[in-house]
Amino acid sequence: MSMWTAVLAASALAFALKFLGYVVPTQWLEGRRTSRVTSALPIALLSALVAVQTLTGAGGALVVDARLAAVAVALVALALRAPFLLVVGLAAGTAALLRSLGWG
Amino acid sequence: MTALDPARRRAVLRQAVSVGVATGAYGISFGALSTAAGLDVLQTQALSVLLFSGGSQFAFVGLVAGGMSGAPAAIATSTLLGVRNGLYGLQVARMLDVRGLRRVAAAHLTIDESTAVGVGQPEERAGRLGFWATGLAVFVLWNLMTLAGALVGDSIGDPKTYGLDAAAAAAFCGLLWPRLKSGDAFAIAALAALIAVLLAPHAPAGVPVLVAAFTALVAAVWPSAHRDPTPPHHWTDEDEATKADPDHRGTPRGEAR
Repeated sequence: MSMWTAVLAASALAFALKFLGYVVPTQWLEGRRTSRVTSALPIALLSALVAVQTLTGAGGALVVDARLAAVAVALVALALRAPFLLVVGLAAGTAALLRSLGWG
Repeated sequence: MTALDPARRRAVLRQAVSVGVATGAYGISFGALSTAAGLDVLQTQALSVLLFSGGSQFAFVGLVAGGMSGAPAAIATSTLLGVRNGLYGLQVARMLDVRGLRRVAAAHLTIDESTAVGVGQPEERAGRLGFWATGLAVFVLWNLMTLAGALVGDSIGDPKTYGLDAAAAAAFCGLLWPRLKSGDAFAIAALAALIAVLLAPHAPAGVPVLVAAFTALVAAVWPSAHRDPTPPHHWTDEDEATKADPDHRGTPRGEAR
């Protein structure tokens, strides 16, 4: 397989999956329960993604490092109603500071 | 549906641009990593333009770095990581309600970031604006920065030095925060996070997050979801909302349009 074949195959499959979500007949998702599940889906997926991004390292092993500290700072800032950009800035600053001190 | 007031509009656009900038910074490391893995500049750029899904792209170049014998695994892992975009599409499609070429464009822009900004907004109009603005901001910046990274290589350094990986996770938290104030959404989010982390050491990349998605089924049986008026979340059925909220304080962005 050439590199171009692989690049184009992966791209075509990625788009096909994205498009699939848009062509599911709307009547399949019309019921009240189904509709609540589909609107909860992004919440479940994004929350799981944040957890994996924050807590796992190579091979999926549990790793506690600067990322967890940074996200904890972000959550405290959110609870204190800090604006969005400040939350993101505080998290980046926390991780950068801890790493410059040699941790995580 | 009432028009979005200018202050809300600015707030949504500010979120979109900041998410675009944070993601774009990662584009540099993708470009650098991709050329180091043996792809040329055009192939690297093709991935950012055509595949356009960060997690899949990083996995792809990581697996072909050892030679083309890794190509089938690269395609498979990239595709597995892309399944969640299809699941996002189920909800985003209903929010946008687009047809034809716009639907093709919307599907292509359906990624973690655009979905998070879109579904994190309490009003449907802000959700649409957030989705499109974030999708376009990330697309433009991700591609420009991919090119920069592919051309200059690793000299800019690791984005982790600047804490950008943590910034991305914090941004997703901030985007979802308004939605998490309802008990059912919070329970789903917490359960999904726990399942994904527990599964991560035992399953291939992409699978833990997909398994965790099954926690969304909790929403089907959670009895009190529609009794929580703030924030107005969009799984409220209009009849139920009227019963639970006779003053119409919360404006449900109901599916029963």
